[in-house]
Amino acid sequence: MKDKNPNNIKIPVILMALALVLFFGCDNKEPGRDHETDTISQVRADSNGIVKDEEYAVEAPPFTWGIFPCTDCHAGMKPNPERRELVEWHDDISGIFDHDSKNRWCLDCHDLNNRDSLRLASGNLLDFKESFKLCGQCHGEKLRDWKVGVHGKRTGEWNGKKEYLLCVHCHNPHSPKFGQLTPEPPPVCQENIKFDTNGKSQEK
Amino acid sequence: MKKDISRRSFLKSLSLATFSALALSGCNMEELDEFLQRNFRVLTDKEKDEIIKNLEIHYKEKYGREFQVTDTPAMEGVLFGYALDLSRCIGCRRCVYACVKENNQSRDPQIHWIQVLQMENEKGIDFAHSNVHYIPEKVPEKGHFYVPVQCQQCRTPQCTKVCPVKATWQEPDGIVVVDYNWCIGCRYCMAACPYGARHFNWGVPNIPDEEFNTNVHYLGNRPRMKGVVEKCTFCIQRTREGKYPSCLEICPVGARKFGNLLDPESEVRYILENKRVIVLKEELNFQPKFYYFFGV
Repeated sequence: MKDKNPNNIKIPVILMALALVLFFGCDNKEPGRDHETDTISQVRADSNGIVKDEEYAVEAPPFTWGIFPCTDCHAGMKPNPERRELVEWHDDISGIFDHDSKNRWCLDCHDLNNRDSLRLASGNLLDFKESFKLCGQCHGEKLRDWKVGVHGKRTGEWNGKKEYLLCVHCHNPHSPKFGQLTPEPPPVCQENIKFDTNGKSQEK
Repeated sequence: MKKDISRRSFLKSLSLATFSALALSGCNMEELDEFLQRNFRVLTDKEKDEIIKNLEIHYKEKYGREFQVTDTPAMEGVLFGYALDLSRCIGCRRCVYACVKENNQSRDPQIHWIQVLQMENEKGIDFAHSNVHYIPEKVPEKGHFYVPVQCQQCRTPQCTKVCPVKATWQEPDGIVVVDYNWCIGCRYCMAACPYGARHFNWGVPNIPDEEFNTNVHYLGNRPRMKGVVEKCTFCIQRTREGKYPSCLEICPVGARKFGNLLDPESEVRYILENKRVIVLKEELNFQPKFYYFFGV
């Protein structure tokens, strides 16, 4: 038993010596990362301070190119309050209109006299940028969830500045049901996953 | 008798020493450094900085890209939680591929941290009859709903408990992370995870150089090696900087919500207090911080 010891001790000693050389051979410069982290927290604190102001930062309404302002065409036209199906103009909209279409038509949301505004049920005019208020007249529960960021998509910072999308960014107001999408490809079946067992050919 | 033992012992030691010398001489200094590196949790700030600096140089040489490697620690007073609206998810798998891109998952062999399970309305949440390989022209398909599954960031994670080398643990902000340098690839954690959320690099991860996300966190999306386990980290490189996870940002229907469970004003807290919420496999008492809810 005694004979074993000297030989067995040698290897760890060599390894330890190697390890020591390696550790002490390291470059010990401090890149000053702590300072960098402080700056990041500062930015974060600033963002927190303006959360309320930025709460409803939204993207501009998604108008079809050239359609707004509506008064470009409507200014010289005599308003016609009679409910009818539009044939000559906006027929693309009447073609897809599916938003309680039995009971509603254009002038339930668009104002007869001020075409560049939306119109609430109260008769109050509303800018297109605030269209969520119009939607919220019927979909109050959705508006409530949207305000707290639960309905719809928020981007930005979870602890700071956030951006909202308007209802109309995802839902066509004339046909609001969310459409189907083409899915991304499914994962490869496990039995078809190929890999290089020795890792050499794929190694860079 | 004494002589025989001595001789055997001598030969044994000699062969061991030769083997060690050969093994060590086959490594360069950088590899030796990496080999002798201690567990991330016991490293000093100075050591971490050194390692990160070396990693950036190494990645530059290997991939020809400038990487920004960080080790941003957890913020105080933050416990991350995630909520996913089952009534909104349409199963489009945009999140799966945004995650692959953001977190530098191997393209071939393929690794996906998110699995989107298609389930039948009639059966409810039923993993045995779920389908991950659905491939219709359009989604959602009639009569089906979709349950994306990724790491559930359990409060009592068993994956960390079974790790024999303590290479995986739960951070103070609740994110379960892996120190890839300490992982020995035994895959016990994969066996312990009831959500199939951990993935093993059976081969050398393969990602085209130009497709790398170069903003990486040491405990998150830095390039992995063959033989280590990886998993969702709530995009640690983004969320610790205040950003939302990339799966949330890509979601076309806004089904994904993320925030601080300790902040009563956060979106996730609102959901927990006002919506019908479930967690997967609740009976296991792993207490996930990944909640599924019904927005309508």
